[in-house]
Amino acid sequence: MQYAVLAPFLTALVVPFLFRYIRAIHTGWLILPIPFGIFTYFLSQLTNISEGHNQHSMVQWVPSLGMNFSFYLDGLSLLFSLLISGIGTLVVLYSIFYLDKNEKLHNFYVFLYIFMGAMLGVVLSDNIYALYLFWELTSISSFLLIGYWYERQASRYGALKSMIITVLGGLSMLGGLILLSIITGTTSIREMIAASDTVLESPYFTGILVLILLGAFTKSAQFPFHIWLPDAMEAPTPVSAFLHSATMVKAGIYLTARLFLLFGGTDIFFVLVTGFGLLTLCWGSYMAVRQTDLKAILAFSTISQLGMIMTMLGFGTKEAAFAAVFHIFNHATFKGSLFMVAGIVDHETGTRDIRRLGGLMTLMPISATLAFFGAFSMAGVPLPIFNGFLSKEMFFKTSLDLETTSTLAASIAPFVPALAVFGSIFTFVYSMYFFFHTFTGKTRGELKVKPHEAPIGMLISPIVLVLFVIIVGLLPNMINEPILTPATAAIYGELPDKHIVFWHGFFEPALYMSMIVVALGVILFLTRTKWQSVYNWIPGVLSANKTYDYLYNMQFRVSEKTTRTYMTGSIRHYMLYILIFIIGATGVTLFVTDGFVIDTSDLAPISWPEVAVGLVMAIAAIATILMKNRIAAILVLGIVGYGLSLLFVFFRAPDLALTQLIVETVTVALFLLCFYHLPKLDTKKQPVGAKTLNIIVSVSVGVLVTLVAIASHSSKKFETIAHYFIEESHHLGGGNNVVNVILVDMRGLDTLFEITVLGLAALGIYAMIRLRDKEEME
Amino acid sequence: MEIIMSILAGILFSAGVYLLLQRQLLKIVFGTALLSHGAHLLILTMGKLNRGAPPILEEGIKDYTDPLPQALILTSIVISFGVTSFLLVLAYRAYRTNKTDNMEQLRGSDHD
Repeated sequence: MQYAVLAPFLTALVVPFLFRYIRAIHTGWLILPIPFGIFTYFLSQLTNISEGHNQHSMVQWVPSLGMNFSFYLDGLSLLFSLLISGIGTLVVLYSIFYLDKNEKLHNFYVFLYIFMGAMLGVVLSDNIYALYLFWELTSISSFLLIGYWYERQASRYGALKSMIITVLGGLSMLGGLILLSIITGTTSIREMIAASDTVLESPYFTGILVLILLGAFTKSAQFPFHIWLPDAMEAPTPVSAFLHSATMVKAGIYLTARLFLLFGGTDIFFVLVTGFGLLTLCWGSYMAVRQTDLKAILAFSTISQLGMIMTMLGFGTKEAAFAAVFHIFNHATFKGSLFMVAGIVDHETGTRDIRRLGGLMTLMPISATLAFFGAFSMAGVPLPIFNGFLSKEMFFKTSLDLETTSTLAASIAPFVPALAVFGSIFTFVYSMYFFFHTFTGKTRGELKVKPHEAPIGMLISPIVLVLFVIIVGLLPNMINEPILTPATAAIYGELPDKHIVFWHGFFEPALYMSMIVVALGVILFLTRTKWQSVYNWIPGVLSANKTYDYLYNMQFRVSEKTTRTYMTGSIRHYMLYILIFIIGATGVTLFVTDGFVIDTSDLAPISWPEVAVGLVMAIAAIATILMKNRIAAILVLGIVGYGLSLLFVFFRAPDLALTQLIVETVTVALFLLCFYHLPKLDTKKQPVGAKTLNIIVSVSVGVLVTLVAIASHSSKKFETIAHYFIEESHHLGGGNNVVNVILVDMRGLDTLFEITVLGLAALGIYAMIRLRDKEEME
Repeated sequence: MEIIMSILAGILFSAGVYLLLQRQLLKIVFGTALLSHGAHLLILTMGKLNRGAPPILEEGIKDYTDPLPQALILTSIVISFGVTSFLLVLAYRAYRTNKTDNMEQLRGSDHD
């Protein structure tokens, strides 16, 4: 099983070489056998799975962190794997005729096969980290595929938008999954489901559910995250057919279905999933009628149908789970074929604008027939040849049965069928609009190319899909036993006892609902031009797209504004941030921890000469600030330094006094040497506010230093190690000057690097003066 | 005595920080010089003042002042001297190149 996931990735590796060295044959032909092989492999598993023998295989990745490529094949993942590999094969076949040999095929097939492998990984993974890895790979490959024609601005916009929204959801899903794995102590989804009770009792349950559903909703384009899907239609049509109708957008559905056993049946799951599903169903179908681009109609239709499947998953009954599975299958068939037909129309007429199309029935009879089956199946027209009708009828029926289920579901049950019918009416309208406006009537506007039927190769894939529409419509039980029943069992945990019958009987309310849909749909379709203006009222300003654009632009504005506010470029401001933080952090810590103590017992006696020197130094330091003359400032600064060396004398530090004296002299000399070249002191007054702030900050720093010094002096905790140096200086170091012995003997490393510092400073100064001068001379 | 010296170190810090917050590069260099004086004084004070003789071993003397802070300060003096002279030359170069040593004018443009 792991080879089925690996194969597309390996193919993606060799595609560029095939494209480069085998130019005579379209690259698509060379790699077509891969998805077909995977498809047959999964077909061969059908009997195994329907007999209940689920497959499991594992490849270790980071076992110490519980990350493994652990694959699990049950009914649900088999259904999805078949869809992915089957439709994948058809899409590759279709793309061979759709994309010219001169296109960037190496890019296209690499992205497509990465996607295919990632998608198989998503549906087969049992390990949450592997699931997330593949999940993000689908986002990335989808991003690359949408931006396939990267020279177009709309492609780039669509790609970025889909990336931002799906990755946002993916990250929140990761959060939810990690929480789940912490609570249950396992990284395997099956073991999590087995530990369902722990999760249900956990206080984080609601949070986990919301986080994971956010991932599922963004991926499956649920309201209000649906906005990326219509923009993703900038991708080549095979991509739209594969990713944005049949597979990737169902990843969210898959995740919800997969975790149904963990979350399903709770009130909050019902409210969130059914609520957003219904909203998406109605909004998507309502908005689809407004579109003028064939692919945009199909995009909103996909949104709406995904909403319908979500709604059914939310119901939480066995019948609803079965209906959801059935509709996943049906939607993949008819929507895939419709996208391919839209691509054919685009390819053969040069436009996808429905306002310029019309009357193609006689010119493209086969495409028209295919579109007829696709669109009528999507609309749920009650005839036994359309599989869409069967699943929609089940949808109505399960929505009516809600009254008999759990308390919360039952209390709002009456509204659900009404909303379902509302959404379905619009579904009917846009399906009719899609078909009749494209293929009947007269041609509107001039077309660039003279329309003609597509080559047979392009038609094979939609024909195969439409055959499925018809066969499943006629003989629904054919796929019931091998595919639908095991999938439902995987979602719901027990086997459904369902035999699909066409028409539930003449006295079933679900049938009347279908009749209402058709009747009202026909009326609305025929009077379409009269009520079109309603779209100016709703969505109007409520459009989620406008919100997205606003938020997207606002984050740039806000972050730029924020950055400009504090990154002023002024070193004074940065100094202030640092100092104020030091004052705040140190001051608060000092007083919160009762760190300030005063202990006067261990102080040296005050002697007045030292106090006098200190006083002079303090005055000189303050005078340095006030001086308006360069030389005066330098000399006053010198007083502080000489005062310090005097203090060193008083405090019995002869070496220090000596060094300080010399260094101070050299520094003053340096200042005096330099001052001729330096500008006059800036006597311009600073604004009063800035000056006050400077004073406050600097005084606070000084006070804080004093307080910390006193506090630390008063709370000496350990004896000094001075006696060791004094005792051992002569004995070990062979010297009587203890300070010098420490410097060169006991802590000689300090001295080594201090010398290095001095050397570096000298080199730096030399470099600054000499090298720049040379540059200037040249 | 230690308390008085702590206060003096505080004053040196205040004056140094105030100079750091000025616009002129030269004043900022002055500020760093004052700050290092303050720090040296602080280290010495923390090692306790006026306890015994200078740390040069002689027969018959038992009490010496703590030699370790002195060694530390000695290292620090040399390093701060190196940094101060480097900064000074840097200020000189900056002034030569830019014709100003006002930090407000040395901000650079928005897009570099």
